[in-house]
Amino acid sequence: MIPLSERSDPIIPTAELRALETAGVQSPRTVWQQLLRSPTFLVGAFILLFWIVCAIFGNSIAPDDPLAQQLLSVNAHPSGAHLFGTDQLGRDVLSRVIVGAHDILIIAVSATLLGTVLGTVLGLVMGYFGGAVDAIVGRLVETLLALPLIIVSVLFILALGPSVPTLVIVIGFVFAPLIARTVRAAVLGERELDYVAAARLRGDSSLHIMFVEILPNVLSPILVEFTVRIGYAIFTVATLSFLGLGPPPPTPDWGADISANYDVISLYWWETLFPALAIASLVIAVNLIADSVESVLAQ
Amino acid sequence: MTALTPGQRSDASPEGTGPSDALVVDHLDVTYRVRGHDRRAIADVSFRIARGESYGLVGESGSGKSTLAVAVERYLPRNGRVSAGSISVNGRDVLGLDGDALRDLRSKTVSMVYQEPGRALNPSIRVGRQVAEVFEVAGLRRSEALERAEAMLTKVQISDPGSVMRRYPHQISGGMAQRVVVAMALATDPSLLILDEPTTALDATVEAEILDLVAALRTELGSTVLFISHNLAVIAKMCDRVGVLYAGELVEEGPAGDVFDHPRHPYTVGLLRCIPHGGLRKDHGRLDTIPGFLPSPGAARVGCIFAPRCALADDRCRSESPPMSNLGDGRLVSCFHHDKAADLPRSTPVELALLEHPQAPDVVVRLGALSKTFHAHGEDVKALVDIDLELRRGETLGLVGESGSGKTTLARVLLGLIAPDSDSVIELDGGPLASDVRKRGREQLKALQIVFQNPDSALNRRHSVRRIIGRSVRKLAGLSGEALRQRVIELVEAVRMEQRHLLLRPSQLSGGLKQRVAIARAFGGEPRIVVCDEPTSALDVSVQAAILNLLVDLQLAEQVTYLFISHDLRVVGYLSDRIAVLYLGRLMEVGPADIVFSGPHHPYTEALVSSVPSIGEDRRTRIRLSGEIPSAANPPVGCVFHTRCPRRLETGVCETVEPPLVEVAPGHLMRCHIDIDSLRRLQAAEAPLPPAVAASTD
Repeated sequence: MIPLSERSDPIIPTAELRALETAGVQSPRTVWQQLLRSPTFLVGAFILLFWIVCAIFGNSIAPDDPLAQQLLSVNAHPSGAHLFGTDQLGRDVLSRVIVGAHDILIIAVSATLLGTVLGTVLGLVMGYFGGAVDAIVGRLVETLLALPLIIVSVLFILALGPSVPTLVIVIGFVFAPLIARTVRAAVLGERELDYVAAARLRGDSSLHIMFVEILPNVLSPILVEFTVRIGYAIFTVATLSFLGLGPPPPTPDWGADISANYDVISLYWWETLFPALAIASLVIAVNLIADSVESVLAQ
Repeated sequence: MTALTPGQRSDASPEGTGPSDALVVDHLDVTYRVRGHDRRAIADVSFRIARGESYGLVGESGSGKSTLAVAVERYLPRNGRVSAGSISVNGRDVLGLDGDALRDLRSKTVSMVYQEPGRALNPSIRVGRQVAEVFEVAGLRRSEALERAEAMLTKVQISDPGSVMRRYPHQISGGMAQRVVVAMALATDPSLLILDEPTTALDATVEAEILDLVAALRTELGSTVLFISHNLAVIAKMCDRVGVLYAGELVEEGPAGDVFDHPRHPYTVGLLRCIPHGGLRKDHGRLDTIPGFLPSPGAARVGCIFAPRCALADDRCRSESPPMSNLGDGRLVSCFHHDKAADLPRSTPVELALLEHPQAPDVVVRLGALSKTFHAHGEDVKALVDIDLELRRGETLGLVGESGSGKTTLARVLLGLIAPDSDSVIELDGGPLASDVRKRGREQLKALQIVFQNPDSALNRRHSVRRIIGRSVRKLAGLSGEALRQRVIELVEAVRMEQRHLLLRPSQLSGGLKQRVAIARAFGGEPRIVVCDEPTSALDVSVQAAILNLLVDLQLAEQVTYLFISHDLRVVGYLSDRIAVLYLGRLMEVGPADIVFSGPHHPYTEALVSSVPSIGEDRRTRIRLSGEIPSAANPPVGCVFHTRCPRRLETGVCETVEPPLVEVAPGHLMRCHIDIDSLRRLQAAEAPLPPAVAASTD
């Protein structure tokens, strides 16, 4: 029994050995099984699940009413009565952090979903038709990508007025070109495969080829891009609400709460720290999930 | 061939003594750990290679031959290990070497040449530096190393080594790159040279050149060679002794000529019968096949590993593992019934009721003045030039030529996937056929279908077999509901698959089954013409035979016309009624298959035919093409073939005037300045010759 591993890579060069490697077929179920075996995924999923529970049941979990102003105990230190303390208006910070998960998750997920759908359609069209279509749509997409994301969002939100649907639409549109670029690259590779030629030879329409033949084969990169983008979307929502462009007050909102209290950070640090930690933990959780999804699908 | 036999052949017997052996593999087991299970890839394999000997390992994919090659260099992937047995090179135990000794083994003692030369070279380093590096590792100074590199490149018959050394790997052709790799492998004068499918990725003409080169260098340097290939003819040509691997076990071993002329293991017998060699044609009947499948890796090994696929197997074979029997003269075979192996019953019936072709069958498709020019980087690349060709009902037209000759472009233009130049004519049943597939009506779409080379690319990996075939039937035959379901079942049965396969996805099928799905799809709408673009080149020979039989059966049943493209002339010869030869996008010759192959034929066809390695046939003088295929962007003036033509006329007419395509005999057209009678005289004078003479004229 002599271990002979002189090579660090697990990649097997020849066809016969590749056959050994892929002896088991990768079906969605084994992707799940692999994810459930990955510690990275489990940690990320645990944190995310926590925030999802907060988003759904926030009002019943929260110890206090997040909107109730207790003017007798403003800026109270974290204590038994208020675990995370209270803010300048005497509102319970813990309750505001718990309930605040709702809007940010709704906005981030819906916006990413919108961006992914738009980006997938754009990317499929660009990649499949190529040529002039690719050139024209591609230039437009590049122009959008060249504009600073935050400034574009600020302009749009100022024009449309801040509200949850506005945020979803603006962030979705800003993300679409990024996702389109990824999808286009994947489609370019698929387009050259012979099954696409076979579909054309039996008279299938371009629409059928794009959505029924090619789309299922580029779902992996789309799924990875989707999870990565959710992380970015959370950050973008937090940034915009920090700038005062998020859901209007007094809605509990992490970005807005940091913004409202950061001028007194040296005196009442808990009023900024806990919303900031909430943002950080959510972004990290999503990124952990994205990493593990990517590594499982890349195999 | 005789010139290649080394002197030490007497040492080659397996009972030979240790020190004379360059490689001894003794009761070797290699296992891979896959998803938590140990899978045995090599099981109890023993063989030895004497110094100066050339040993061939032949086997289909999954036989473990490449695993053996990497195990000798101790270069198994992370999940692989030697679980029993030993390997020694020059008497030193490879498995016991420490880091420095192992590095020494790999850099000086054992060299390896892989299948794809393009991937063996670093694309970002100039060729000269890469070859010189081998010498630097061996301890030479840089300037000295560069000199030695240049000398080595001259030795592998690269005519202008100075300029090749300054180029990057992508700037040289595949054949040239393989010469460079061979030069690097031989640079340190290794004790053992391992060639793992060194010519599989190359054209037949280039393959012949590389094999000649390796044979010549072996004689010159006296190297010991372990030659691994799935191609029995290549092994027969290159090796003194041969071992046949099946599912990780050595089932037969012996002198190459003996083993191939008188195989004693049923597997070897079956393998040899699968190949359409010796000018076998479909009129001679079906090819034999090996039924069943290779056992899955890691399957329990009870009894003889080949028993489930063997027509001679009895209860003893299924329960008891046959020992290696020594038949004398260095012949070893692991079979209880080796005395009966030659009379192995056929697994497919021979009889094939071929239809008599009427004297003038209807023309189904006519291509007229077909040209295709690609525009790239400001250059006009003429991929097809003025092709006139007819496809008749029920016939098979074989299309041959080296890579880059325009075979696949022709097929894609015919199918409407690539638009030809504007004055080209494509006619179906006498009526015009739109050049763009999107402008063709359903009847026209139905008429023309294709079986692609690579089934992995041709089948949508996210769709089930039922969906893949069903979509074709729905679109082309216009069926739906119960009629559709019935038709899909009929098709699946027509390609000898079972209904349970309908639920599977392509990744759950073997290569041969995948190709059957692709064939069923092509036949979904009762096609008139099916283009077969290298349909068997990705398959093993035993699977290839079954697919060829299937294509012939379907042709007879459906009266379909095939445009059959292949680089394997034996396969084309087996299936084709007529053959068209392409070179640089021009039709050089077209005519009845037997005449095009046996001659008198075009000098280019002659070179193609003579580059095919064969087993146990009378050897013709080998016509070798010198030089590279010219660029299609800048084709030679006059006859496009004159730069490589071994029969170029002294008068200079070949260099200035392009010969027309003329009818030299009824139905036989040729594009050559030499008249047919002179060609007949020239070609009859040189073939066939006895092997010894053939070798010495080389």
